[in-house]
Amino acid sequence: MSGRVGIIGIGQSAFVSRRDDASYPDLVREAVTLALNDAKMELDGIEAIVYSLSPDAMVGIGNAERLGVDAVGARNKRFLRINTGGATGISSVEAAYYHVASGACDVVMTAGADKVGECGDSQTVLNKIWDPTYERQLPLGTITMLAMSGVRYADKYGMTQADMARVVVKNRMHASKNPNAHLRKQTTIEEVMASRMISWPIKLFDCCPQSSGGAAMVLASERYIKERNLDAVWITGLGHCSETYYLGDRMGTGFTADHADAYALRNAFNRAFKMAGITDSAKQVDVAEIYAPFSNTEFHSIEAAQLAPLGASPAMLREGQFQLGGEGVVVNPSGGTLCTNAIAVTAMVRVAEIALQVWGRAGAHQVKGAKRGIASGNGGDHQFFGTMVVEA
Amino acid sequence: MELLKRQETWNITYTHALGETASWFYVQLRDHGKLYGKRDAKSGRVLVPPRAFSDQTLEPTTDWVEVGPGGRIETFTIVYEEFNGLPPPPYAFGYVKLDHADTAIGGFFRGVDLSNQEVAAEQLKIGTRVMTKVAEKRIGDVLDFWFEPSTD
Repeated sequence: MSGRVGIIGIGQSAFVSRRDDASYPDLVREAVTLALNDAKMELDGIEAIVYSLSPDAMVGIGNAERLGVDAVGARNKRFLRINTGGATGISSVEAAYYHVASGACDVVMTAGADKVGECGDSQTVLNKIWDPTYERQLPLGTITMLAMSGVRYADKYGMTQADMARVVVKNRMHASKNPNAHLRKQTTIEEVMASRMISWPIKLFDCCPQSSGGAAMVLASERYIKERNLDAVWITGLGHCSETYYLGDRMGTGFTADHADAYALRNAFNRAFKMAGITDSAKQVDVAEIYAPFSNTEFHSIEAAQLAPLGASPAMLREGQFQLGGEGVVVNPSGGTLCTNAIAVTAMVRVAEIALQVWGRAGAHQVKGAKRGIASGNGGDHQFFGTMVVEA
Repeated sequence: MELLKRQETWNITYTHALGETASWFYVQLRDHGKLYGKRDAKSGRVLVPPRAFSDQTLEPTTDWVEVGPGGRIETFTIVYEEFNGLPPPPYAFGYVKLDHADTAIGGFFRGVDLSNQEVAAEQLKIGTRVMTKVAEKRIGDVLDFWFEPSTD
């Protein structure tokens, strides 16, 4: 194929805990309709669907893509389901990109939804992602796994719980400006610190919510976009990198990746940066939407994106960086995963949000003059990492 | 309008085969109260828990190496929140690099008063020496052993 791949339509729900007015397929269709309207397209123009759906047990429907086929209008179209856990959404955008970049299709939609708020036992579901031989017997879940990353990060670099609280304060302030964010109430360091301890050092306010809602995006070839004179933003770089399964191998002696950091995420970013010609992300990027479901994980993700040297991001946040109106690259102006987590589409929303930013369509949380943005998604037991560069 | 809901519980039974490597490891634990790792021939790293192959080279692991019972805490967390289907809080667990091992294995920490969060976290901080304790009645499972801070 010749030419670039553009984003021509974006749809996302206003995320909330529960959507009792909508079944799971209803939510998917809501996002599809929003994206098609945004692209000013009819369903018939879509050649393929990449379906964004993380662990089935979260929506409580085995292989829920079977119901999703109807909700995305996939009858007689190419259809693929993608699941890389929390990274599912960005992996889905990447798979949609590959459809177009390969020359197989000109116009592809990716869509999905989640109803995490309907699952009373999300940490029980997430415990089931661990190996039943050696690890499932332990109460591992995503919170405890990333709490253990936070303990190592704090030990290695000196992060405090007040530093973590500062991430929450920043992201809630951002979310208060984003009508689609789930947790939109502003907070203070004192309030975060006073919230109850969940899994040391992660307190209630350091945690993402369980959100319900959908998201969809339409991607098209440069030829298709130019022929129709459509408005678009462009995916100029993308990367993936995976990490081996055992958490205990990311510590001890002779390890490659430290569980304190996000080693494979750094590699994934480097792949995307190389493709986009970015040599110094801290200088060449205007905005970042990076996947961080717990406050502490935003630090190692900022560092994996090389917006800060290893261990330096807590101090930079203390100095007022990373926030709207502050110095340097704005991180998670939408409020990020910390304020909205509908797992199946969370990482897609990261891409959608930077697309809106470089498009100049982000509304009250717009980063002024943003022309180049980066997004990421993390999945598995801190194992699957997807990254993307989007430019105006 | 009136919006209805429908509740459902999944209760699914599996009988997982543990395979030769984990079976040997658990039999030693069950019958002798000892822990072993398996060596990655290329890197020389002793993998605990033991696996049949190296995830770096995909080559079979080679010799068994007895590890522990002493070790050091590599990371931990203390859970104060109740989650359905998980143990009643508070509890502490994490990863320990056992002596003669290169990787860390997960297990519960006991023998630490968890009522004061800061004090408990200090007692479990990274680098703390621990001793492996094994249950009197063992079935050949990860929960047959746990770690306690060393008194020496």
